[in-house]
Formats: sequence, C-alpha cells, structure tokens
Amino acid sequence: MAFLKGKYGVLLVLAIVVLVLPVAFPSAYYFRIATLVWISALAVVGLNLLMGYAGQVSLGHAGFFGMGAYAVAVGPTHMGIPPLAAAVLGAVSAGLVAFLVGRPILKLRGHYLAVATLGMGILIAMFLNNEAQWTGGPDGMPVPRLVLFGMKVKGPVMWYWVTGVCLFIGAWVALNLVDSPLGRALRALHDSETAARVGGIDVARHKLIVFVISAVYAAVAGSLLALFDGLVTPNQAGFLHSIELVTMVVLGGMGSILGSLVGAAVLVTLPQALTVFHDYEHLMLGLMMMLFMIFLRRGIVPTLRDRLSGRVQ
Amino acid sequence: MADFLQFAFSGLTVGAIYALVALGFTIIYNASDVVNFAQGEFVMIGGMVTVFAYAAGMPLPVAALGSIVVAVIVGLALEWLAIEPARDAPPVTLIIITIGASIFLRGLAQIVFDKQFHSLPAFSGDEPLRIGGAALLPQSFWVLGTAIVIFIALYVFFTHTLTGKAVLATAANRFAARLVGINTTFVMALSFGVSAAIGAIAGVLITPITLTSYDVGTLLALKGFASAMLGGMGNPIGAVVGGLLVGLLEAFGAGYINSEYKDAIAFLVILGVLFVMPQGLFGRAHTERV
Repeated sequence: MAFLKGKYGVLLVLAIVVLVLPVAFPSAYYFRIATLVWISALAVVGLNLLMGYAGQVSLGHAGFFGMGAYAVAVGPTHMGIPPLAAAVLGAVSAGLVAFLVGRPILKLRGHYLAVATLGMGILIAMFLNNEAQWTGGPDGMPVPRLVLFGMKVKGPVMWYWVTGVCLFIGAWVALNLVDSPLGRALRALHDSETAARVGGIDVARHKLIVFVISAVYAAVAGSLLALFDGLVTPNQAGFLHSIELVTMVVLGGMGSILGSLVGAAVLVTLPQALTVFHDYEHLMLGLMMMLFMIFLRRGIVPTLRDRLSGRVQ
Repeated sequence: MADFLQFAFSGLTVGAIYALVALGFTIIYNASDVVNFAQGEFVMIGGMVTVFAYAAGMPLPVAALGSIVVAVIVGLALEWLAIEPARDAPPVTLIIITIGASIFLRGLAQIVFDKQFHSLPAFSGDEPLRIGGAALLPQSFWVLGTAIVIFIALYVFFTHTLTGKAVLATAANRFAARLVGINTTFVMALSFGVSAAIGAIAGVLITPITLTSYDVGTLLALKGFASAMLGGMGNPIGAVVGGLLVGLLEAFGAGYINSEYKDAIAFLVILGVLFVMPQGLFGRAHTERV
C-alpha cells in the first residue's frame, strides 16, 4: 500500500473510483447519491486542511457552505448574474468573510475557537433564515439551472461527472498545498504554535490563509449542491450540517485526503440506508456517531492504512 | 420604564435558565475536560418526563422528582457508556460523541414521547403581578428563586464539603487528585449526575413559560455553551454571569432592536467579547509550554 502515501497514488485511487464506480450503478438513484458524496467530500477536503493539518476546529463551516449555495440562488434570481459567475462570487465572498472574521477568531484556542466559529455559522444561518425577501426564509428558494458551454447541466449522470471532476481538482489542489511550504508550516504550528513561531513561521498569517482556503472549498461545494438540487434551504448553513462536516473529517481520518472521501461516503450513504428505519433514523444516526468516535477514533483511513502496512499502533 | 422592567424581568428569567445550563457545562468540563453538548437534552428530559408523568395522573411534585431521577440516570449512563470508553480521545472527538448523544436522545424522545409542544400548569397560578406597570408571571419567581437556591447550594457544596473539594481538586489536576487518594472515577460520575439534575430542574421550571418539545435541547445547549464561554470556561461564577447576561441581552435586543434576530444578539456579543478578551470575561490566560 506504499503508493497510497504518495500524492499521485491518492489522485490515482480517486480517479479510478470516479471512473469505475458507474459500471456498478444499476440506476440513476445511485448516480445521485454518488454526486452528493463527491460534493460533501469536496467541502470535507477543505475542512480537513484546516482541522487535520493546521489543527484548528471549525463548528461553523456550513455557514460558508450556505453562502456558496445561496449565491447561485440569489445571484441569478434577484441580480441577473449568470450561475457560474454567481458561484465564483459566492466563493469570493465566503473567502472574504473568512478573511475578515478569521484574524480575530483564529487567535482563540480550543473550545473558545469552537464557540466562536459556531457563533459565526449560526449568525450566517440566521441571516439566511430571516432575510426572506432575498432568500425565501425557512422554506428556501429555487435555483436556476447551470448552463455550461451552451449546454444545460441536468440529470444525476451528468452531475456525477461534473462534481467528480470538481472533487478531483479539489483533491489535487489540496495535495499540492499540503506538499508546499504552506503545508509544512501548518503541520509545524499544529504540533506547537510557540515552537512554530520560534522557527520563524508567521502563525497568524498561515492559519488565516488555510481558513480562507477551507471556506472557499465549502462555498464551492455549496454552490454545486444548490445547482444540482435546484433548491436551497437554510438547513444547509445550519449547525447540524457543520457538525456533519466535522464528523466526516474525523471519521474519515484527520489529515487524510482519501479519508475525506471515505468520511463523506459513509455519512452521506448512511442516512439513505437508515430511511428504512423511518422514525428511528435520528436514534440510529446519533448511535452511529457515538460508536464511530469511540471505536474508530483515529479515522477509517489511517486505521486501515496501519493495518495493511502491518504496523501495530 | 414599564417596558424596561418587563424586558429586564423576562431577560433575567430566561437568563437564569441559561445560567443553570451553563453551570451544568462548567461542572462537567471541570471534572473531565469534556464539553457536553447533550446538556440541553437534560433540560428536555426534565420538561418532557414531567409533562407525561403529570398527564398520567401523578402529582406535579412527584412527576418533577421522577424526571430529575430519569435525567440523572441518563447522565450517568452517558458518562459510563459513551464518555468513559473515549477518555483519552482528542477534544473534537469528544465533542462529536456528546453531539451524537444529543441527537440520539432527541431521537429517543421523539419515539417515547411525541413531536408536539407541551406545557405544564404554572406552580402558583397564571395571575400576573403588576409591578411598575410591568406584568410579572409568578412562575418567573419560581425560576429565579430556585436558581438562586441551586447557586447557593452548589457554592456551599464546593467550598464547605469534602466531596465538593475533591471535585475542585480533580478539576485543578486529575493526576495529583488521584495521588492524594481522591476517587476521580466517582468525581466524574458525580459531576454528570449533578449536571443532569440541574438541567432537569431547569426544564421543569421553564416548561410552564416557554413550553417544551423533544427538540428544545439544541438551542439551549448552544446558548448555555456560549454563556459558559462568555463567562470564561470552567468558572462557575462566570457561567452564572454569562447566562444572565445572554438572557438580558436577548430580552432587550428583542424588545428594543429586532425580535427576528433575538437569537443572533447573544452570539454577536459573544464574538465581540471573545475578540477583545480571548479567555472570556472571567477566564485566566494560559501559556503554552513547548
């Protein structure tokens, strides 16, 4: 499994998964679920850069996700901006908000950082909920279709490929970042901020950069989901969605890009499988979250990797 | 003036509930370094169990007592089954576990009870007292009175009893506490039990005013957590002040500025305070050791 460690190994695995999976899909429903997995995985890859590499927690990342989602809804509907430009605008504004709140927020440590990011996420969700004349309030609003090269993007199969390519690009960018001076600086400050500072790393600046990058990832994923679903609701920016994203990161494995995909896959497909339990859905979801965290604490991918390479932890 | 009094009073009432939830957070955090996001579920259990036991014909005080017992059992089970096995996990993992627990308990309540809103009769009638032009509900006095009794009881417990001091010692340094013979496992269980009881009492008290349902816990937990952080995590007095402050800010914000953004005001203020004082109002600064 040595090739899994390299940058190109991860990309190869990802490409094979995206290319080969459709062979096994019996119906469009499966393409739809896979598309949802790719979209969540994209947001999780970004959040994993922040959590897994820089060691900073964000309990409000769904806020950025929601900004991207609402950008492609509000932009075309109320301002006449084409969907693609609106998505770019959404990513830029999420990055801008992250840049503005990032500096004071990222000074905080541990639980204080958790509560500050949580508050930020909740504020964004409340804004989307309350400004009904723009956002449709708690019911959400419809999203116009995406047109690429004069062609309407619609149907799960087409979206499967669009989002698959987006995830591949996202993973490629993330892997390069991890491998850059920025990535090494982040890992250094993860271990000890003081030691990193002594080593000549501008801790505040590096944390801010990765916070902005992860916000942009979330916003792009949000735009994709809104365009795919044709509908946005404030829940996508809500606290529970933030928690889902964090759980995907930890479940898949902190600091593992492939883990982000696995975490997203488990947490997206699980509720689909649980719908057979009807009323017991929440009960099961809560139970799974607890069991995963107690028994797979280090995440699925790092645990498996150690198993396969024969290392005993 | 009448408006001011009205807002101040309703702010203090809700604030007292936030303070109780924040205290629950603080007690568990001090004993175990765990931020228990299921804290709001104890409030829900307090309200819901009382409602259903009362509807089944039990007298209100017995139903309330029963709900506290149920909450304590749930709290102990949570500690024993979910927290203890993950003792040495990183903080994020523990946060996810407690959030998983809260989703689980909410799902359970949805099945055992129902998805409706429920109320209880106020303990001393619904006839409002007129003071300075403001209408004050008798139930609010019950909330404030009981909260004050709990604050004093906890203060006495932590400063004047051996068990209370053992909890404080464990909070200061778990390893050292164990070295001097304190049973830290017992202290952990005790802190979850006490927190659950406080939460359930808050749930019983507030139900006649704000109603209860299976999902009231989430927002209460978020605001209780925010209150505890506002005061400075781990500081009981900070938790009480933080809770009352959040309650007052919400009431005045909703009354004078904008009621749609009532829930936002608390978080805006908390962000503002943390920007200026990164350790909360009463927190101590930490230095990182390399």
